[in-house]
Amino acid sequence: MNIFGIYIDQPIIDFIILIIRCVVWIIALLTAFAYIQLVERWVIAKIQVRIGPNRTGPRGLLQPLADAIKALMKEELIPTNADKLVFVIAPMISVATALLAFAVIPVSPPINLFGYEMPMQIADINVALLYLLAIGSVSVYGTVLAGWSSNNKYSLLGSLRAAAQLISYEVTLGLALVGVLMLTSTLNLNEIVNYQANYGWIILPQILGFVLYMIAAIAETNRLPFDLPEAETELVAGYYTEYSSIKFAFFFMAEYINIITVCAIATTLFLGGYLSPLPFLPIIGAPGIWWFAIKVFLLIFVFMWIRGTFPRMRYDQLMNFTWKGMLPVALLNILITAGIIILLHPGSAQVFAR
Amino acid sequence: MTDYGAFMEALVFYLFAILGVLAALGVVIARSPVRSALSLALVFLALAAMYVLLNAPFLAVAQIMIYAGAVLILFLFVIMVLNPRLDLIGGRTAAQTVAAVIFAAAFGVLMSVTFAAGQLAPATGVFTPEYVSEAGHVQVIGALLFSEFLLPFEIASLLLLIAIVGAMVLARRERVRHGDPRQDLR
Repeated sequence: MNIFGIYIDQPIIDFIILIIRCVVWIIALLTAFAYIQLVERWVIAKIQVRIGPNRTGPRGLLQPLADAIKALMKEELIPTNADKLVFVIAPMISVATALLAFAVIPVSPPINLFGYEMPMQIADINVALLYLLAIGSVSVYGTVLAGWSSNNKYSLLGSLRAAAQLISYEVTLGLALVGVLMLTSTLNLNEIVNYQANYGWIILPQILGFVLYMIAAIAETNRLPFDLPEAETELVAGYYTEYSSIKFAFFFMAEYINIITVCAIATTLFLGGYLSPLPFLPIIGAPGIWWFAIKVFLLIFVFMWIRGTFPRMRYDQLMNFTWKGMLPVALLNILITAGIIILLHPGSAQVFAR
Repeated sequence: MTDYGAFMEALVFYLFAILGVLAALGVVIARSPVRSALSLALVFLALAAMYVLLNAPFLAVAQIMIYAGAVLILFLFVIMVLNPRLDLIGGRTAAQTVAAVIFAAAFGVLMSVTFAAGQLAPATGVFTPEYVSEAGHVQVIGALLFSEFLLPFEIASLLLLIAIVGAMVLARRERVRHGDPRQDLR
């Protein structure tokens, strides 16, 4: 291809386009973060019969911008006895893992842009589902290291709680997804969406798995009623007490991007991804990405609603809830799913011949 | 026509090979145990990248999920709770230094013998790279685990269960001694 009279090989162009796609996605996610946070403040205000942010710009629409400027302009503090390197790296790990997870999510079928077949997903890998779980387990590092490096008792307690909670709920989170895996027999997210195009949304046979996944996802993102790692009243905000300015904003960013990601995963696995709920209705100008965005936003709204409704759990309740409540139900869900699959397709119990 | 695929592969290989070696050095050199553990996490990451280059995506993801995501987090957990201080434990003993030199030398001999032997044997049998990429990595691993290697697989899971129960009993022994044990093991 010739650009400005210079011949450039196709692989180089593909590579440049890939990088542009990554940058566009990061900017889109950060914008979504800013406005979802604003919407959350409105929703919570409505639930609590308050007014909410409405001063900065029309109806408070410029509030995220003002918050960003505030975060950038504030003084950065590093505690005296902190492990400075780890203290600086921790928020970066949080944000990086939050952004990384989104790379494999199929937000839309490929679109045609200036005659160039443009996939909307950054990486279509075969082990995507496991990749998401792996990234989720790495994201614990940010929280744990932040609390430890702050050299503050409350922060350390917060990060120990966080580590225990995240590891415990990851077990249920992973097991809740096994049902989806058994139905579709693939780890590739595109194939899972295609399966739903043929056989209907997975939420119907896997309603139990969906509910378990959503509860575990709320715990994984440290949201009320599972926000013990950052409980203001008992831990002075927990692992990020000592963080200020942009580093604090990084944790905030990571939390909201994680919320977007877990809702996007739920949409892809259970709610048909970018598929239209009414495929027989030709809606003009409504390609997959809009359906995807609407579904994700509805799930995020449920997150906000729960935050506005439930009180915080006690620590022992939290642990009992996952180990004695959700884990057995998740295992039961796997057993039931396996039983039904074998009843309906007796042949599928056979290991494939080679 | 330049071979960009091979170029990118080499680039990624050297990037992560250098990262891996530097991080491995960091594990040994770092004075703070937490920094050592973090360097180890970087080593795992570099190894995972190597697995991806070797066309073993499942192994790469499992490496990150199990080693970096679970095992090392538990290490960190222990380090953070105990917070070991070098000035209290004392430095390296002479015996440790001697043992380290011996093991490093033995490993060096092993590596040079391996390299002197030249090319490693190619993959033989049913599971050629073509077969695996056609059937799917995870599918092949899953089918093998639940057919040919079912017994070792089940034994491994049983061992892990025993370890978990054992750890529970050991950790709670003090309280079990007094009163009704069922009360405490609840």
